[in-house]
Amino acid sequence: MATIQSIAAENEPHPDVALVERVRAGDVSAYDTLVRKYERQIFRIAQHITQNREDAEDVMQDAFLKAYEKLEQFQGNSKFYTWLVRIAVNESLMRLRKRRTGKMVSIDEEIETEEGSVPRDLADWAPDPEQNYNQAELAEILRKTIQGLPPGFRIVFVLRDVEGLSTEETAETLGLSIPAVKSRLLRARLQLRERLSRYFHRTKGPSKQALKKNED
Amino acid sequence: MTCKEFLALLDDLIDDSVSPETRAELQTHLGKCGHCQVIFNTTRKTIEIYRSHEIYDLPAGLRDRLHAAIMARCKKGC
Repeated sequence: MATIQSIAAENEPHPDVALVERVRAGDVSAYDTLVRKYERQIFRIAQHITQNREDAEDVMQDAFLKAYEKLEQFQGNSKFYTWLVRIAVNESLMRLRKRRTGKMVSIDEEIETEEGSVPRDLADWAPDPEQNYNQAELAEILRKTIQGLPPGFRIVFVLRDVEGLSTEETAETLGLSIPAVKSRLLRARLQLRERLSRYFHRTKGPSKQALKKNED
Repeated sequence: MTCKEFLALLDDLIDDSVSPETRAELQTHLGKCGHCQVIFNTTRKTIEIYRSHEIYDLPAGLRDRLHAAIMARCKKGC
């Protein structure tokens, strides 16, 4: 429910608006501030879509450059961040298409979903399961697990749950309907949960064997 | 409430976008169903883990290259 505070907050200009105005007035250092603020997010999104480090580096560079050049077209009624994300998603998809010439790359293709099916793998997890792995092992588990998701699920999960876009912003960015975003998000969350279960299982303990098996 | 009905509202519960009445119904189901409790807790944990761990580090030097590219554009006319 909207509170008086949240309404007030909505009416206040986003701090990025002032930065964008400064860039438009010729202050390049203000753009550096925007880059520093969002470079990690943009790089992550590009990496999640392209699954390739070099491509992700190029996408990040191209997205920020494009945003800089097109700043005059940016309408203050959308957030700079979501506008930038949209550019990065488009650049990433273009890069994918180039790499896989001949193959159709689409994030809005129909994905068969089993709506409403109740997951069966229901072993509970250890209380802080990630603590059974060191940082490098954990990062590897998380990378492998999310890379195994269908692309259309992965990008919805990343935008919505990792990078903090709303359902509406995610739908608009990807050209999907709101019900499609919701349905994919649920499937993505449940699939990730199920895939992580084999590492985070309570009774069998931390399954380093599962990690090893996955590497073979 | 059945497990299937619970699952249909799982995301809304996780995202805190349910009415107080629906929340109460979901909580009642959770209190009785260990199965859904595990799904709810581990799904929430899944999101939290992905949110709090950086799995792709920003490559060193990328920001400097970007800065140089922007400055180069800027000299052409900004």
